[in-house]
Amino acid sequence: MNTLLYTFHFYLFGLISIASAVAFVTRKSPVAAALWLVNTMFCLSALYVMLDAQFIGAVQVLVYAGAIMVVFLFVVMLLNLGQASDVTDMRGLGGRLTAGLVGLAMLAELFALSRIKFPRLTGAMGDHANVVNPISAPLFHEYLLPFEVTSVVLLVAVVGAVVLAKRGPGAS
Amino acid sequence: MIAEALFFSAVLFTIGVVGVLTRRNAIIIFMCVELMLNAVNLSFIALSRLHGSANGQVFVLFVMTIAAAEAAVGLAIIISIFRHHKSVDLRNINLLKG
Repeated sequence: MNTLLYTFHFYLFGLISIASAVAFVTRKSPVAAALWLVNTMFCLSALYVMLDAQFIGAVQVLVYAGAIMVVFLFVVMLLNLGQASDVTDMRGLGGRLTAGLVGLAMLAELFALSRIKFPRLTGAMGDHANVVNPISAPLFHEYLLPFEVTSVVLLVAVVGAVVLAKRGPGAS
Repeated sequence: MIAEALFFSAVLFTIGVVGVLTRRNAIIIFMCVELMLNAVNLSFIALSRLHGSANGQVFVLFVMTIAAAEAAVGLAIIISIFRHHKSVDLRNINLLKG
């Protein structure tokens, strides 16, 4: 593996994802924000692939960038919120001050934690020809019960979403 | 690469928190929560790579499933709030405010 090329692309995708996230938070129009978030998720999936999680990278594109963000965009278009309102939707001074303080505290933590030295990665994780097997083996043996419970959670979520979004009998 | 990945993850999480605290549009706040979940997923992947086992990736799958369920229920709540208030601005939604 070409280490320099790998490092370059790792930093490239990481910085693009952070820049897209900043653009996402600062956009006024919900549609533009959603599209920047999709860009962030694509870059994150590239990072997953570079960290030897190829299957998760594919699922990230399919589920997050494909399904979840399409639902978000669908709701934005359904409610006709596409245009940015004239008045800003930023909070007042109190909210912004709190956000700044939280951001500063987290950055301070980041610098405190950056002193930890992680061991250098050696070799690849498993063979690259078989990327699904290392995930599916623990998923269907060790974590079988959580996996089944997840399906119940999804069922409850679907029923709840239908009940919440349905018009009641008294609604006009 | 682990330290860099954790750094990117922490920065993305911070951006998500700042977005939740500064915006008033309910849909954008919801997307900021998704960004925070993604940042945590990046940490999971990096640490599972460091650990050399795929168990962390299994947890990422679970997080993605719960995020999908959360998006479905949350957007349904937003739709019903919009029907009631004709807006998704959090300034108008203060029923539980003391």
